Amino acid sequence: MYFTDAHEELRQHIRRFLEKEVKPHLEEWEEAMFPDSIVRRFGELGFLGLRYPPEYGGQGGDYFSAVVLSEEMARAGCGGLGMAVAVQAEMATPPVNKFGTHEQKQRFLAPAIAGTAIAAIAMTEPDAGSDLAGIQTVARKDGDQWVLNGRKIFITNGARASWILVVAKSDRERGHSGYNLIVVEKGTPGFQVTRTLKKLGMHSSDTAELLFEDCRVPAGNLIGDEGEGWKQLMWELQGERMIAAAGEVAGAERITEYAMDYAKSRQAFGQPIAGFQVIKHRLVDMATRTACVRSFVYETAQRWDKGEYPVREISQAKLLASQNAVWVADQAIQILGGHGYMREFPVERAWRDARLGRIGAGTDEIMKEIIGKSYGL
Amino acid sequence: MKIVVTVKQIPDPNAPQKLTSDNRLDRGGEAVLDPGDEYGVEAGLKLKEAHGGEVVLVSMGPAKAADAIRKGLSMGADRAIHVSDDSLAGADALLTAQILAAAIKPENPDLVICGTESTDGSTGMVPPMLAELLGMPQATFAKQVEVKGDKVSVHRQTNEGYEVVEAQAPALVTVTAGVGEPRYASLKGIMAARSKEVKKVELSALGIEKGSPAESVEGVADAETRKAGEVIEDDGNAAERILAFLVQVKAV
Repeated sequence: MYFTDAHEELRQHIRRFLEKEVKPHLEEWEEAMFPDSIVRRFGELGFLGLRYPPEYGGQGGDYFSAVVLSEEMARAGCGGLGMAVAVQAEMATPPVNKFGTHEQKQRFLAPAIAGTAIAAIAMTEPDAGSDLAGIQTVARKDGDQWVLNGRKIFITNGARASWILVVAKSDRERGHSGYNLIVVEKGTPGFQVTRTLKKLGMHSSDTAELLFEDCRVPAGNLIGDEGEGWKQLMWELQGERMIAAAGEVAGAERITEYAMDYAKSRQAFGQPIAGFQVIKHRLVDMATRTACVRSFVYETAQRWDKGEYPVREISQAKLLASQNAVWVADQAIQILGGHGYMREFPVERAWRDARLGRIGAGTDEIMKEIIGKSYGL
Repeated sequence: MKIVVTVKQIPDPNAPQKLTSDNRLDRGGEAVLDPGDEYGVEAGLKLKEAHGGEVVLVSMGPAKAADAIRKGLSMGADRAIHVSDDSLAGADALLTAQILAAAIKPENPDLVICGTESTDGSTGMVPPMLAELLGMPQATFAKQVEVKGDKVSVHRQTNEGYEVVEAQAPALVTVTAGVGEPRYASLKGIMAARSKEVKKVELSALGIEKGSPAESVEGVADAETRKAGEVIEDDGNAAERILAFLVQVKAV
């Protein structure tokens, strides 16, 4: 009903690719981060442009093609690589595709689809996270250039990005009409990566702090009309939350299945622990909640795919899916006990990786603010 | 050049295999394109990329085999011919080769590519029979296939290495996994496959009235259980005994 047989065929190919070319390296990439070459490989296979126009090298698919990729990445336990690919294909590039000019799409979108360019999007700052409107990065127009000054932090793909979509304030007086999305390319004077940050999970992906000091980019690097940045960003965040939710559901499913298999084979007190009611019911709760969240995520994704703008439901899906993924991983650690706490079993990493979901793309608290507002609260 | 690749849908080899009451393989469960045939498709597509032309898939199988055929089309084959008839259920190697030959002949291909054997039946008899029926030379176990002018040259895998075998086109080759990892289909390829031609061919159109296998399965018995290995305890001459064993099994 949500997936056609073409989606399922795509799923088989993605799964086989991940089995052969990604899973064998995941442990190594957790230590040393994934190489740029794997992004090019995703690009070669068309996985970075599943729903982009063929004109720019895309595959011309629908939103559920992107959902398939997100799910398979999560099912393969890709963690940070999954996040990096999602940033590339579903966060940094959608505004360029939707609001950019033909020339901008050729310059920025096409290489990102091909995987020859790595893309990032920079919103958060050291002093502005949930309070997105409070960002301090300024973009001032100077002739036919934009001059950027400010800092960005927690930027996925930031250290290696070929281009970064930067959210900047241009006019303090204009409120929400004072923001712009501007592309800054690697190597532009005045732009530097000041730090690569160490983090709790998602170790295979790089997370950077960026500095812009009198960084000048051509006026043509502004995406869309001047002053439209805030609206564009709010739209972008819906897609970001939607795709995150899809991946989180698949991740929770994977961990639930893992915990079930473990509990069926792990013996204690003379029987498999799955036979104990406390474990069995815990597993049932994990599976039941995940199944319910999945239905809601699919229903919402379908509305998004049809061009609706269901902000409340997307926020609800993202809130529920990320909380569920963390909760499921936590339950799995408890079921595995000491093994669950060890690096050699997948559940501790699943927990560490999933924990970001309740913060990134808008915290639980921000989701609740948005949902509350939608009810007139 | 025109390249025909034979493809077959088989029960998922990763699932447990069952026999039906008349001792035939149960084909009711999940079915996939024979992984061995994916190498055939890959080899065909590589040659097309190098020399131009078209890749035509030919398959014999029930209606649902269309899924396996479509997978080959998603990978990049141009079109397909699907021979389907109820009387072909349980076809043996000879009947299969006759059907495939009848379907391939009108295509006048320059090259026919097959897997070395099917993953389900594993007789390995169909390709040689097919070559004979088509009147083509055959080069088997190819880990590399090249076309130079009207000659087909293959690297034929052997226990020691490989032989270079050349044949006059039109020829039939069977390929191993050595030809290279089958490509992943892109979404574009998958979508395009849905509008590619799959010609359904009835038995009568091939001038054959009814499939009648020459072989039938009389009985099935379980394989002998494996005997336990020999444990060599070291009483001073273990190395010699291990060496003797290795020599005996021709491992050294």
